[in-house]
Amino acid sequence: MSAVGTFVDLLVGRRDAAMLTPRDWDGVIGVARAEAMLATLAHRLKGAALPAPVAALFADQRAAAAVATRQALWEAEMARRALASERIEFVLLKGTAYAAAGLSCAEGRQIGDLDILVPVHDIGRAENELLEAGWEWVKSDPYDDAYYREHMHELPPLIHKARDRMIDVHHTILPQTHRTTPDPLALVADAAMTESGFAVLAPADMACHCAAHLLADGDLQGGLRNLWDFHCLTRDFAAADQGFWGRLDARADKHGLRAVVHRAARLARDLYASELPEGWGRSDPRDRWFRRRLLARDDWGRASDFALQQAFYIRSHWLRMPPLLLARHLWTKWRKRAAG
Amino acid sequence: MKHSTRIVVGPVQFRIGSDWRAPVAALERLYAGYPQDPARAADATVRLFAARPWRRWLRPSVQIGGDFVVPDALPLPLSMGLLAAEMGMNLQVALGWRRHLLLHASAVARDGRSVLMSGVSGSGKSTLAALLGEGDWRLMGDEFTLIDPASGDALAFPRAVSLKNEAIAEMAARVDAARLGPLLAGTPKGDIRHLIPRADAVAAMHEPARPALLLFPRFGGATAIERLGEGEAFVRLTEASTNYTALGEAGFEALTRLVRAVPAFGISYPDSAAGLALVEQLWAEVER
Repeated sequence: MSAVGTFVDLLVGRRDAAMLTPRDWDGVIGVARAEAMLATLAHRLKGAALPAPVAALFADQRAAAAVATRQALWEAEMARRALASERIEFVLLKGTAYAAAGLSCAEGRQIGDLDILVPVHDIGRAENELLEAGWEWVKSDPYDDAYYREHMHELPPLIHKARDRMIDVHHTILPQTHRTTPDPLALVADAAMTESGFAVLAPADMACHCAAHLLADGDLQGGLRNLWDFHCLTRDFAAADQGFWGRLDARADKHGLRAVVHRAARLARDLYASELPEGWGRSDPRDRWFRRRLLARDDWGRASDFALQQAFYIRSHWLRMPPLLLARHLWTKWRKRAAG
Repeated sequence: MKHSTRIVVGPVQFRIGSDWRAPVAALERLYAGYPQDPARAADATVRLFAARPWRRWLRPSVQIGGDFVVPDALPLPLSMGLLAAEMGMNLQVALGWRRHLLLHASAVARDGRSVLMSGVSGSGKSTLAALLGEGDWRLMGDEFTLIDPASGDALAFPRAVSLKNEAIAEMAARVDAARLGPLLAGTPKGDIRHLIPRADAVAAMHEPARPALLLFPRFGGATAIERLGEGEAFVRLTEASTNYTALGEAGFEALTRLVRAVPAFGISYPDSAAGLALVEQLWAEVER
């Protein structure tokens, strides 16, 4: 069996860790690192019978992830303080939100940048406050800057000059030029408060955003992690609320994300054995390509299946940009590269 | 990958894959005397590969990859494959290792106590450690020293020593030629030749040694010793650590404990003989 297959089976608990050979572990650890999920796996196999060096490596990963989570939450606190004086409200998104809300997918989850959602009418003030509090623009290129402001769903990325951490300030969850345009006001209006005092998306919105991030906003790089988020979120929300799947359906409809959310659910079922309610199991032959893309990694942790990667890369641009804009964008980028 | 090998250096088990045989063969020769544990899984993966398929044969150039990569890193010609492997291994440790506080420092030990030497490239920390390691010191490593947050002990990372430029002739005059790797001339870091640590240093690589002396060497200029305060040593070592921030509180505590317990000195020296004399002199003082 391939290392990525073994990795997925270990996550789900379909395979006994005690049965792996040392060479199996080489591949599993390599793949898990490549997917930024080694600490997630370490949490899943906490207490399992493991070879001593693997157990030691996993303990390192859990400890390091605990520190990283704390640092990510501190970054959220820094943003809160920066925006508090102007009373700008914001909603945490993605990894930091999962950690702030204490959700199960946050265990060991790597958190990259701080992602926040600000109502679009506050975006200018939010940017000013962050700049005053020590964040700086990363992109110096005027075209990139203008592109972000005109067409994207977020400000050009900002980095804090002292802490060297990035913040992405979103005003919606998909690019403005995307074929699908979710309703950002509804996202903010229905946000929930965590015990730690941060606003996060309501459960159904959180699952919608997770699915959109996985399937509608990129080329599925790092997709196994996003799909794992979706699997954990929906499982936990459904356990806490019998009507969750119905609510998710309604909410996905509202945001125009029904197909995306349903596909995420089917993929989570296929890979992670998620239990889906009736009406969610419709089969779609195209899912096969998504599964292949998600599992496209060899035993050395290298991305494999180059043609499929390229196809998904092109798809991501096709979804995000109307043809004319895409053509103009590629033309500008090409000229820049030719000049530089 | 087509060719691969496994190497243990200190606490880290590497697996190294390559599109070519040559870098793997060179590694296997350098690390032939190191312990092997095939039953152990790899902590870190290094990949040496052709950036474009035709670069495997046509002006072959080695791209350094692995669990962690440096974006936009330039490939090296295949003749420098060994350097690529070394850089790949360093990179995985520098960016991926979390069990210990990682210091960019060389170290030698005697009677279970260690001297840590931290400095930028060109400070002479590698050469000093290599020279001491040929005397009655145990070479712990020329590049990284690991500090165990639980005990405060230093742990060895005795990879093959990377001798550069003038240090090559200096060491070649002292050691058996069988302990030297091939000369890699004109690399981006100058001329490089690897030195296989003495067998006793490799055999003792899992033995911790309590830090007793902290040195910040500077090659060139008149002989001088400057006592450094705890704060100065602390700040210099945070800059010399690749995982200090990632370790959070544990890193802070390990480093605070180190600089409080161990006297630190900046030393300048015009040549290796003077440098070695300074190390012995300061060692004699802390021993008292």
